[in-house]
Amino acid sequence: MEIPLLKIEDFLVVSLQTELSDREIVELREEILDKIKKTGARGLIVDITALKLIDSFMAKSLSSIADTATLLGAKTVVVGMQPAVALTLVELGLRIKWKIHTALNLERGINLLRKALRSETEAL
Amino acid sequence: MSEDTLAVRSEYDIITVRSFGRNVAASLGFGVVDQCRITTAISELARNAVVYGGGGSVTIRTISNEKKGLEIICRDKGPGIADLELALRGGYSTVGGLGIGLSGSKRLMDEFQISSSAGKGTVVTVRKWLR
Repeated sequence: MEIPLLKIEDFLVVSLQTELSDREIVELREEILDKIKKTGARGLIVDITALKLIDSFMAKSLSSIADTATLLGAKTVVVGMQPAVALTLVELGLRIKWKIHTALNLERGINLLRKALRSETEAL
Repeated sequence: MSEDTLAVRSEYDIITVRSFGRNVAASLGFGVVDQCRITTAISELARNAVVYGGGGSVTIRTISNEKKGLEIICRDKGPGIADLELALRGGYSTVGGLGIGLSGSKRLMDEFQISSSAGKGTVVTVRKWLR
């Protein structure tokens, strides 16, 4: 499975277009981390607009991708969650354990990262 | 009325069975949100059967009596669940998962039944009614 990892400004953008198997998600995490290391990306955007379902395994995997990318210095935002998916995730009982930054769409995700990086630079 | 039973042995079967479930739910007239609830529940139950039960089967049955709806039965012949109450409470997992598969599926669906016996396996039945 080839999932394109695109670079926009300082950010890496990963767009999930099909449903991934558990193994593919784990592989994707490794590819993303590798790419962050190689490109020095300071932000990661995971676009899930096309996903019609996020179960507990996928949720846990996204959370783990965000955690590990953050450790490498890339702030992570998940963008494009469908309303039905959001409703289902809350009913599934996830909100307590899921601490991921989210944005409505790609544009807002990029703005959020820009803002976060700017305030980081100013603080230095 | 339709009834189909699909084997779930690997993680790839989880994707197949939930896609199949989505098609059946859509053709019955379930809306987008309910389709999402149903397929997520199928995914959780099927994954339990693969991860804990060493594989099993998922039966997807349409119900069209006075009430219309969808019934999903997930069976495995695994070791069974030692403490059902604990497993249903949520937040408990023996393999490092989030532990919300069973409790979450229960919340996503209208009806939920589970029977499990040591050494014989687990059967989970869930239903969603069309409104």
